[in-house]
Amino acid sequence: MIERPMSENRGAVVMDEPERTREGSSDAGVAPEAGADAVLQESAKLAEVTRERRRQVKKDADAETVFELKDVAVTYGGSYAVQGVSMSIRKNEITALIGPSGCGKTTVLRCLNRTNDLIQGAKVHGQVLYHDIDLYGPKVEPVEVRRRIGMVFQKPNPFPKSIYDNVAFGPRVGGFKGNMDELVERSLRRAALWDEVKRDLKASAMALSGGQQQRLCIARCIAVEPDVILMDEPCSALDPVSTLRIEELMDELVSEYTIIIVTHNMQQAARVSDRTGFFTVAEGQDEKDHRIGILVEYDLTPTVFTNPSDPRTEAYVTGRFG
Amino acid sequence: MSTLRTQKDASTTPPVSLTSRRGWWHRTRDGAFRGAVTGSVLVGLAVLVALIVQSLVEGWPKLNWNLITSFPSSFPEKAGIQSAIFGTFWMVGIVLVVAIPIGVGAAIYMEQFADTEAWYNRFIDVIIQNLAAVPSIVYGILGLAFLARGFLNLGPVVLTAGLTLSFLVLPVVIIASREALRAVPSSILDGALALGATRWQGVSRQVLPAAIPGIATGSILAVSRAIGEAAPLLLLGALQFITFNPTGLNSSFTALPIQIFNWVSRPNVGFHVAAAAAIIVLLCITLLMNAVAIWLRNRFQQTW
Repeated sequence: MIERPMSENRGAVVMDEPERTREGSSDAGVAPEAGADAVLQESAKLAEVTRERRRQVKKDADAETVFELKDVAVTYGGSYAVQGVSMSIRKNEITALIGPSGCGKTTVLRCLNRTNDLIQGAKVHGQVLYHDIDLYGPKVEPVEVRRRIGMVFQKPNPFPKSIYDNVAFGPRVGGFKGNMDELVERSLRRAALWDEVKRDLKASAMALSGGQQQRLCIARCIAVEPDVILMDEPCSALDPVSTLRIEELMDELVSEYTIIIVTHNMQQAARVSDRTGFFTVAEGQDEKDHRIGILVEYDLTPTVFTNPSDPRTEAYVTGRFG
Repeated sequence: MSTLRTQKDASTTPPVSLTSRRGWWHRTRDGAFRGAVTGSVLVGLAVLVALIVQSLVEGWPKLNWNLITSFPSSFPEKAGIQSAIFGTFWMVGIVLVVAIPIGVGAAIYMEQFADTEAWYNRFIDVIIQNLAAVPSIVYGILGLAFLARGFLNLGPVVLTAGLTLSFLVLPVVIIASREALRAVPSSILDGALALGATRWQGVSRQVLPAAIPGIATGSILAVSRAIGEAAPLLLLGALQFITFNPTGLNSSFTALPIQIFNWVSRPNVGFHVAAAAAIIVLLCITLLMNAVAIWLRNRFQQTW
């Protein structure tokens, strides 16, 4: 088996599989043990019930809009990566962005907290309104934007420091003056990691398992008390059990936050999200014959998966392409 | 299932052979190559061993505490290297204070803030690569022209020597620091920025601390190379017969390589013994610094 760090603290109910070793030599598709399998099914069922209940409520309420995208396009060094994206994202909902590789879903996600600014040669066209403020307006400070709109990345990226310092970093740079110990504990609890790490908060974050690292990244994000959490394929490096834990967590967090998730996993989108945007790649839209991402369909998740209005969406969600 | 397996067993598969199909020529060539690379290592080792053994044998009679505590003298049996050791340490101190902050700063600019596409940054990049390969004597000329004389006119003092050696190691420190910074994955900075940190906060509180072990290792190796430099110091006009330790930045000084150079060129054989003993001391200081560098690297190395 894989070596486990001494400091790792096993959770009581749902176990985290030791899914990742540093060298990547792990048996990637570890089959959960028989016990874990039963727990997995049990909690999946429970999660489904709560989700259904939440969706019922959601349909009636006309939620507030957080993001309004108007004909957004992104160019990298002059050539279009994604084009003509218009969608409105509602408060306290989970919005999933799905589609084949290269369709621009991550690019769109990165527009929402101005992370695209960090890539040389990237330019955002159109309008991205956040609570009716143009995110790309002249007076908008990207650092302030990112403080309100947090992001969790594809690969868990804890800082090579202690668990405590990982969570405390965001508040510290943000000038937090309150009780840091309390904030760290609260954030770790909300990220469902507290029980596993409370014994040794000074332990290195690098010694945690991949699933725990990703929950630490979520805790770190929550500690800044953002308004929106962007997630860029947060489970793609994790095994099924850890994935389920993250999905349950998203379910809990959405009552306080707005969550936008990019995922390659259609089942995940169907399981967790309230609305789904389907992107695809259109060939040769400009003179140089570049492949450009476009938003095909954006609707309530059940509609996208069971009754899509576009044949391309149907082909994708039924597994005929992509 | 079982029927399938029997069927497969029954079908005729070609017999497997695991013996080598390659001839003697391949094996000979493998052996020759292996011999050649092993030989290269042995040549390097042999040169080092010969140097150490020769110095030890020759310098052994002089290798005692008196050598380290005494000052230079006209009599070989009384001559020591205290002022040379202190001069060397003074220079190392100046290099640490001057070259490392500037070098790390330049590396941070080039890795984290510079627009790598811009022509001037590429130009700077090429210049630094080239400066690292410039012979040390050229730095000596630079120090002589601009620091010892000319504009600053500091004279042949320990500050001049320290600054000259700082210029010498600066490109190496920059290159080593850039490599250490580059080894920190960009996801660390991305993570910090996504939490609302400014670029400077992300770099200074996450990227730089993660790169410190690599920076320290590279810097120590650069400084330990500078300790052995005699050419630029000779050019600066470092004095060779100093019977006192440096008392300040404006003090005259000597250094270990200079003292060795001076003793070796004397006709009195007694000084040759002293030179061999001083070489051993210099080697020990260098090896000690390199050992610290290796220890640092192994102790704090981060695998991502």
